[in-house]
This record gives sequence, C-alpha cells and structure tokens, in this order.
Amino acid sequence: MGERLDRSAGIAEPGTTQISATGGRASGPSHPVRAINRVFHGRRRLGAGSLLGAPLGWMMFVYVGSLLLLVVSALYRLDPKTQKPTHDLTTDNLVAAFKFWDPDVWPAVWVFFRTAAVAMLVTAICFVIALPVAFFVAKVAPRWIRRGLIVAMLMPLWAGYLVKGYAWRAMVSPAGGRFAAAGQGEGGFLESVFGWSPGFGRTAIVVALVYLWLPFMVLPIYAGLDRLPPSLLDAASDLGAKPFRTFRSVILPMLLPSVAAGSIFTFSLTLGDYIVPQIVNNGQERFMFGTIINATLGAPNQPLAAAYTLWPLVIIILYLVAMKRAGAFDNL
Amino acid sequence: MKLSLPARLALGGFTLLTLVFLYLPLAVVLRLSFNPAKSVSWPGFNGYTLDWWRKAWESDGPKDALINSCKVAFVAMVLALILGTLAAMAMARFQFFGKNAVSFLMVLPIALPGIVTGIALQNTFSRTFDLGLFSFRVGFGFHSLVIAHATFCVVVAYNNVIARLRRSSPNLLEASADLGAHGTQTFRYITFPLMRSALLAGGILAFALSFDEIVVTTFTAGSGFETLPQWILANFSRPQNVPLVNVMATFVMVVSIPLAYLAQRLSDSGTD
Repeated sequence: MGERLDRSAGIAEPGTTQISATGGRASGPSHPVRAINRVFHGRRRLGAGSLLGAPLGWMMFVYVGSLLLLVVSALYRLDPKTQKPTHDLTTDNLVAAFKFWDPDVWPAVWVFFRTAAVAMLVTAICFVIALPVAFFVAKVAPRWIRRGLIVAMLMPLWAGYLVKGYAWRAMVSPAGGRFAAAGQGEGGFLESVFGWSPGFGRTAIVVALVYLWLPFMVLPIYAGLDRLPPSLLDAASDLGAKPFRTFRSVILPMLLPSVAAGSIFTFSLTLGDYIVPQIVNNGQERFMFGTIINATLGAPNQPLAAAYTLWPLVIIILYLVAMKRAGAFDNL
Repeated sequence: MKLSLPARLALGGFTLLTLVFLYLPLAVVLRLSFNPAKSVSWPGFNGYTLDWWRKAWESDGPKDALINSCKVAFVAMVLALILGTLAAMAMARFQFFGKNAVSFLMVLPIALPGIVTGIALQNTFSRTFDLGLFSFRVGFGFHSLVIAHATFCVVVAYNNVIARLRRSSPNLLEASADLGAHGTQTFRYITFPLMRSALLAGGILAFALSFDEIVVTTFTAGSGFETLPQWILANFSRPQNVPLVNVMATFVMVVSIPLAYLAQRLSDSGTD
C-alpha cells in the first residue's frame, strides 16, 4: 500500500503547489509549517521514523533497558555484611533460582510450578465460564440487549483491582476470624447469608483470581463469536450437524485465536499476581511465586529476587510468542 | 444453528448467574460502606449510616492519597496519549521492518506481570548512571511513578487510536491530498477529528489503569509518596480503619465504572 500512496502523492505535488499559490492558505514557500511539510513530503521513511521515534525510544530505554538491567542485576554478588549488591559478577543467584534438583532450591521452584498450575487452572475455569456466556450474548440473546450485556460483563474490570480483592475478603471472611475482635464477627457475606464460606485460603485465591480476570476472557470470545458469520452455522445444520457437532467442528476451531488472546491475560496476570492472593488468604501462606519474589526482595536480596523474576519473564515471553503464532495479537 | 428452548434458557440462566457473580462482591462493599458496625461482617439489617463517608471526607490520609493518585494518573495519561498516538499513527500508516516487534513491545508492559515490571523499574531508578560528563539517578517519588505508569498506559492509548485509524478509510487521506492539503492540514482537518473520541476513550482508560495500579506502584513510589491503592492496601487490615477502606473502595467503584462506561461509548462512537 505504501508504494501506491507514494506514487499518487508524487503526482499530486505540482497541483498542490498551484492550489495553495492561488488559494492563499498556508502562505508562501518560506512559511515554516510549509517548509516542514515539504521536508516530509513523499519521504515515508522519515515520516515513520519521526512518529515512531519518541514512543519507541521511550519503550526501549525505559522498559527494555530496565528489563536488561534486571537480568544484569541478577548477576551481582550480594555483600553478606551490608546486604547490598556489589558489582562483582557471579552466577550464584542464577544457580540458586534455577538449579531445581538441588533440595535447597526446589521449594522456591516448586512454588513457581504451583503458581503456573494455578494460572492454568484459572485460565481453564475462565474459559469454561466465558464460553457459554459469550455464546449466549453473541448468538442467543435478543439483539437489543446484547450491547448492554457485554458492557455489563466488562464494567467490573474497572472497579479497581484492590477493591475487588478486598471485596472477596469481605465475601469469604470466616466467622470468629480476625475481624471478630473488631466487634460483631459473624463472618463475611457468604458465612452470614449462606452459613458456609470457603474461608481464607487456596479456594478463595482461585475464586478471586477467576473473578478478577474473567472479563478478559469473555471479551475476545464474544468478539470472535460476533464475527462468526451466521451462514456458517446454518450451513453446518443444513448438512445435518447437531448443535454439539457444529460447536466442535465449526465454532471452536474458529475461536482458537480469541481464546488464545483471552488466555494471555488470564494466564500471565495470574502468574505474576500476589497481592490479591495474600489479601484473600489473609497472609496465611506464601502461596504464589510473586510472594516469594517480594519476600526475597525485602530480605533484602535484590540479586536473588531479580533471578527469580526470570522464571515468569521467560515463561511469559515464550507464552506470548506461542500465542502470537496462534493469531492472538489480532484479537486483543 | 437452532438451539432448543431449554438449552437457550440454560445459557441465559448461566449468563445471569455470571453477572451475579461479577456484581455481588461489589454490592457487598457498597453496602458495607454504610454499615454502622466496624467490621467486614455482613450487617444483616443493622441499619445504615453515612458516618464513615463523613469521616473519610474529614480525614487527611485518604484524601491526600486520592489527590496523589489523580495527579500521577493525569500526567501519566497525557504522556501515554502522546506516545501511544504517535506510535499508532506510524503503525497504521506505514509498513516497515520490525513492525511486528514494535506491536509486541507495546503489549509487553501489560502482559508481563507487574512484579517483573516493578522490580525492573525499581532497579533502574535506584541506579546512578555515569555518563562521563555528568551522572544522574532517577530516584523515587512523584516523577518515578509517572514514568512507570506512563510506560504501561501507552498500550491503552495505542490500542484505542490504532483501532480507530484502521477502521477509517485511507481514501480520506488521499482525498485530502488530492484537494491540495499538505500534511499538517490533513492532520488538523482529517486525522485528528477522526481520532478525537478514540483519544478521549484512550485517555480515560489510561487514567483508570494508572489510578488503579498497585503492584508497579509499590516498587516505584518510594517512601514519601502514597497513592490511593497504597493507602487501601496499608489500611484494610487495621480494624479501626476498615470502615474508611469500605468508603474509599466504594468511592473508587462509583467513580471509575461510569467513566469506563463513557470510554466504552466513546470508542464505539467511531463505528458506523
């Protein structure tokens, strides 16, 4: 497309000068705006470069630069006396973070694998909930309420991350728990209304994480289903496919990029999360890997914490590359 | 595809349940902010009180944190809008080598866990960079938060603007050039009006994203500067402050949900 535009711009040029010479707008050749426009005219590479310069420079210097420095800082030796990183390079931290067959290292690595398993579980649950919901909204619900429904699904995303974590604390908090000391302690909403609550702990963590990221899965699946031509579904049923067969052979394969897009959020956001998990398990257990990283940083052992962050960093970059292959980025 | 009535009803019922799941916890916090008792226990029919709202209004801690959050979010939003719009214009209009890598780079800060971004930026900001002629250290405070927040907010502005530019016809730009407009005029009379509502939507979402952020914030704020999420995190486990946390949490909800709704409407307004 670029070349085509180039040529048409080339043809338009003499006309341009003529019109502005007679029309009088933007004045003569010495006008600074005009001069700038002349410099950019037809020079597409210069145009792209000057637009992209600032954002790309920012992202490279501030972000990619920081990530590289983080990797470098994982190679610094910690001075045992001052507990500050020195500039002596060592691979000790990498060994301490990645040599999982070492019994001293295994506990932390195990927490990472457990966190990855939780991320997969949360992704799977989000998928199982999001699919029927998105299907209902995109294909079954009366047309006039579709927009309203999808907006209603998305709005809780903006209620605030901490607010939602805190809300789940208020939901699951058990009777006679810590808040009983503060006065009336009949327990949180679930306990006092239904007489049952999972309490603070692992179940609460999974529920709260599903709650947090569910809209990220609903939206791309909805968009994917919305783009699915109804004629395709009609064709399947004309050919004798029952709804389940249509779903399995037509809808699901076409939805794959959308699901991949949704899973980027559900998987990677869960993998790195640790604040809401600590809120809803009342700090009882260092359940998520992020908690370990945070505790190591506060130890203080910045180099080891930096080495630990390489686990999620590497896994998520690999995951993103895989999902990009699956077409997820066009569905974000 | 014809679904039987029971199947459709089941899907509808399931959707309704999901909506209940999404809104019930928020409703609980809303109700608790009017709860006379000082706990997160469900109040039953204990009545209502506006005391906590008044107390939150009168105390300085949450109010200062709120103002800090707004300041950071506003500056980060402006930066993110500028950077995101420039990137979106380049990506929508030009083909160049490494374009895929750039789109990957834009998404990276929200796809990578906040703790990775946070520790990486904290490490950078705490270093002294010696450039020979002079040396500098970014340090911590308002400015470090703005830099950090702008970095992950760029993607929201970028996504909104590029979606709009992709939807709008390139013929408009050609027509503008055919009619003799030069680059600045085309931007002023064609491109900018096309993007205006997308910019507003992107701006609101970037503001909301920054306003809400906690993980990167805890690593890049330093000790002298507290945002509202930090205040909430520091106070929800202090029994005497739980009522104020309920109020501030409710406040965040009732302000940001309508704003997000507005942003949604604005970013749709460009569709035909």
